[in-house]
Amino acid sequence: MDAAYFKELWPVLNEGFWLSLKIIVPSATLGLAIGVLVGAVRGTGYPKFLVRPLNIYVSLFRGTALAMQLVVVYYGLPDLGRPLKAFCLAHDLPALWKLCYLSPYAASVLVFSLCSGAYHSEYIRGAILSIKKGQFQAAKALGLTRAQTFRTIVIPQALRRAWPGCGNEIVYLIKYSSLAMLLSAKELTSVAKAMADYEFRYTETFFAAGLYYLFLVSVAAWIMRRLEKHYAIPGFGR
Amino acid sequence: MSADSMPPILEVKNISKTLGSKLILDDVSLSLNKGELKVLIGPSGGGKSTLLQCIHYLIPPDAGEVVLEGRPASGAGRGGLCAFRQEIGMIFQDFNLFDHLTAENNVAMALRKVKKHSKAEALERARRELARVGLADKGQLYPAQLSGGQKQRVSIARALAMDPKVMLLDEPTSALDPELIGEVLGVIAELSRSGMTMLMATHQIGFARNLTNEIIFMEAGKIAEAGPPAALLSPGSGSRTADFCAKLSELMGPGR
Repeated sequence: MDAAYFKELWPVLNEGFWLSLKIIVPSATLGLAIGVLVGAVRGTGYPKFLVRPLNIYVSLFRGTALAMQLVVVYYGLPDLGRPLKAFCLAHDLPALWKLCYLSPYAASVLVFSLCSGAYHSEYIRGAILSIKKGQFQAAKALGLTRAQTFRTIVIPQALRRAWPGCGNEIVYLIKYSSLAMLLSAKELTSVAKAMADYEFRYTETFFAAGLYYLFLVSVAAWIMRRLEKHYAIPGFGR
Repeated sequence: MSADSMPPILEVKNISKTLGSKLILDDVSLSLNKGELKVLIGPSGGGKSTLLQCIHYLIPPDAGEVVLEGRPASGAGRGGLCAFRQEIGMIFQDFNLFDHLTAENNVAMALRKVKKHSKAEALERARRELARVGLADKGQLYPAQLSGGQKQRVSIARALAMDPKVMLLDEPTSALDPELIGEVLGVIAELSRSGMTMLMATHQIGFARNLTNEIIFMEAGKIAEAGPPAALLSPGSGSRTADFCAKLSELMGPGR
């Protein structure tokens, strides 16, 4: 172990850590939001016309490698950019083609959110299916509309049931955020690798980077547990 | 005006329902006058539950109609049905309290969402209704912390808070331990005395005998017999009802 090397290493890793955090936090938030909405539609079957397309979305993102999804969005979308630009110019449309040229950062957040959302939606869907039929009957009997039932009964119950699973997915997200290195985003893993390659010190470097991930995961798990406890209801979900 | 000349508050006209390929309700008609308590009895699978749920349009009937105070429920559209359901209280066999809400909020929720009361108003009313069923001190507890009898009383309070014109009770004591049945029946008897119109499916023959003006015996989706308990239940009447009740008492002891 070489103290001088670590002195050099920490600032670099810190920088990477910040970018990782900037990728993870929005992806986790957006992913959860997507998951709740998509899971709600797939779990309740309403609105009906959205169920098929969302099933396809989920099987695509759960069924293909995340690395491939990143590469397709980052390197593949620009291929659509040129024809889209021509189309937009010809039809006097706004500059939609710019959406096809994403920064590594934007592409990572987009893909991670969509992937995470697909997994979250499965947890939420399962939780909705586990809600007892009587809860819906009672809501209907009291004159609640479908939307009111959804907001006041289904979502509060489903989120509580799905929470441990969703926490697990966020833990995964923290670690698969390292795949952003494929798009040359300068996040934790990619700066660690650059350092390790340059100095030829793989063990120390990745060990140190691993500590950052461990820290992040511990903090996320702690937050999730706190929330779970805060919203716990005696006897619910047992 | 005598009760006879008043139009019935609830009329069920020729309701039929097929589920799968099985005919569950076969041309069932009945009516309830204001303040009346009628009791549905009969073997399981005879259509009692389905009839109650059809009256409430939880399961829309295939044919026939339900008329509440002269207004038919069918053809009202989804919004109209929500309004129709508010006027009829439903009590379920397994309570169906909202598991994630306290007793108080179980009662207050529909007041706020459906009747658009303010939070304070709704909670005020919820506490009053809970007090009425003898649960003034249980408002803060969650369903899992209540006994079966208490849960059923919360669900009665929840239905009452909506000021229903009619209450439908689907075997409200069937899921309860014997020693808890009394507290729920007490609340129902009290309601009946205070003039609530009710239609109740039950196996509590003793209770039915004392409180109801009419017993309706359902079997195989049809009303087999109907009449005052004295006529139907007298041992020598030879009615299907008396026969059924005799079997029940053999199982559970007299007076049940």
